Amino acid sequence: MELLNNLVLGFSTALLVENVLYCFVGVLLGTAVGVLPGIGPTATVAMLLPITFSFEPVTALIMLAGIYYGAQYGGSTTAILINLPGESSAAVTALDGHEMARQGRAGAALAVAAIGSFIAGTVATVALAVAAPPLARVALQFGPADYFSLVLLGLIVSITLARGSALKALAMIALGVLLGTVGQDIYTGTPRFVFEQRELYGGINFVSLAVGMFGVAEILRNLENEQNRATVISKVTNLWPTREDRRRTVGPILRGTGLGSALGVLPGGGHVLASFTSYAVEKRISKRQQEFGHGAIEGVAGPESANNAAAQTSFIPLLTLGLPAHPVMALMVGAFIVHGITPGPNVITDEPALFWGLIASMWIGNVLLVLLNLPLIGLWVRMLRIPYQVLFPMIILFAAIGTYSVGFNAYDVYAIAFFGILGYVLIKCGCEPAPLLLGFVLGPLLEENLRRALIISRGDPSVFLTRPISAVLLTLTVAALVVAVLPTIRKRREVVFAEED
Amino acid sequence: MERRRSFPDVLAGGIFVLIGGAFVVGALGYELGTPLRMGPGAFPLLVGVAVAALGLAIVIKGLIAGEVASFGPIPWRAVVVIVLAILFFGFTIRGLGFVPTSAITALLTTLASSRVRLLTAVAVAAGLTVASTLIFVVGLQLRIPLWGPWLGF
Repeated sequence: MELLNNLVLGFSTALLVENVLYCFVGVLLGTAVGVLPGIGPTATVAMLLPITFSFEPVTALIMLAGIYYGAQYGGSTTAILINLPGESSAAVTALDGHEMARQGRAGAALAVAAIGSFIAGTVATVALAVAAPPLARVALQFGPADYFSLVLLGLIVSITLARGSALKALAMIALGVLLGTVGQDIYTGTPRFVFEQRELYGGINFVSLAVGMFGVAEILRNLENEQNRATVISKVTNLWPTREDRRRTVGPILRGTGLGSALGVLPGGGHVLASFTSYAVEKRISKRQQEFGHGAIEGVAGPESANNAAAQTSFIPLLTLGLPAHPVMALMVGAFIVHGITPGPNVITDEPALFWGLIASMWIGNVLLVLLNLPLIGLWVRMLRIPYQVLFPMIILFAAIGTYSVGFNAYDVYAIAFFGILGYVLIKCGCEPAPLLLGFVLGPLLEENLRRALIISRGDPSVFLTRPISAVLLTLTVAALVVAVLPTIRKRREVVFAEED
Repeated sequence: MERRRSFPDVLAGGIFVLIGGAFVVGALGYELGTPLRMGPGAFPLLVGVAVAALGLAIVIKGLIAGEVASFGPIPWRAVVVIVLAILFFGFTIRGLGFVPTSAITALLTTLASSRVRLLTAVAVAAGLTVASTLIFVVGLQLRIPLWGPWLGF
């Protein structure tokens, strides 16, 4: 009953005209950046974050969330139509989705992807509504030592899921934490690493960091070799899947939803892992294994449902623990803080309208996405014809204006250039930027809880091992670290990711 | 796995060592405190050492068994032009005002592409200036003057 009351509160908040409008704007933008290769949801959210500072907190978060899960939808459209996944999680959709398109069944593939995503989104939103309150109650018992261990666990788990070298991912996290220490010390007020510049007292602006690392660095990578985009776009006819299609997709959609809901909770790109795992599962249990890779509809339905379910449940750690599972979530932590709300277990009791409104808006957003994606598919296809020469100056200009508007501070703009170059060089050297952003956002939390825990324990570091919650979390952290560096498991991980190519 | 030296790996490690080391040196200049009351320097010192150590490990691994074989092409023109455009924006937004700064930043940025034609560049810059003025100043009420004091306004 309590759940029902909460959902009524949520829907009454989310259905306010203003909130529906910005939810629509969010999913529209999300679909657009999902469709367009070369700009992702992280850069978009970073650019738009400053704009949302003047909104009501719940409106701002509804829109930002819409961009995130909207991008998962848009990414699959390009994967199917032109074999170019707009988002990393849509890479596996391209395998069978594009093959279907080449056989003239693009409509069925798009419809199954959208319907699967909608069912998955609905189920995962319910899962979020059911699972979040009890988790938040558990999280309220956490002391500073437990929080320190939890944040550490979150950071370490994010590398086991990231692609590439675990050593480099670890270094990127630590570098992010280190960059987070710039600015005034929270306990003593001592300005650290500010080079006598007043503008740096507040720390490095995380909008600059995100826009530089994800926006500018990505543009530089795209400008490395400019070539004409593939313009062979399959014609979309007959959206409605056949009876046979419908029969074959029920199982994959349900399994994908379950897998995605569970894996989405993991920090660091759970939605990518979810879609790959779902594809692997469908392929293994299918009676028609030889069809996979040649236009099997199960290979579209499963992964698409999985990545969308994961996109919804990845809000669970953010809303209950204040722990972002994805760079976009890390930016949303910033959005919470700017509005004077500390993300974490208190949100649900202190700001019930915001909490349930955000959850309800996700379901509304999923309805809007189906409406946006199926009838309007032609519009998105046409968007692919926008030349990159128009797109990248727009990203740079909007990034500069958006970042400047945060605090009217020219240093924040200079920082974009700095982090753009740093990010570009590091990405070229095989280091992924996502762990750095997570480290940067969580670093101050790590330091604060470490120092607070030590003050409470009178300087005795054994407190991290004697408190049971903390001890369990630290054990898990060590286990995750072992998994990340152990060669045999790493090889299997590479196999999962290698299927993308 | 065949043994090979990897320049990008060594470079990445070097960057981590450099930044980590710089923070360590900086942190030593602040009070370290005791475990009970950690000073402002303690945490950055700890993390700085970790970054430098991980960087060193990456360098060593890059010398023995590198991962990234080649660095790939670098779009020097784009790097220079985009950095210049962003710095220009930060430097002149207060003085020139929103419209001229946006227009010149956009125009500069379009030059980052090696395939740009002058007419397209001007058209893109003009379009983006109008669009961003409408979105940010008219729509979102951003408090930046359209024309700045350097122009006599």
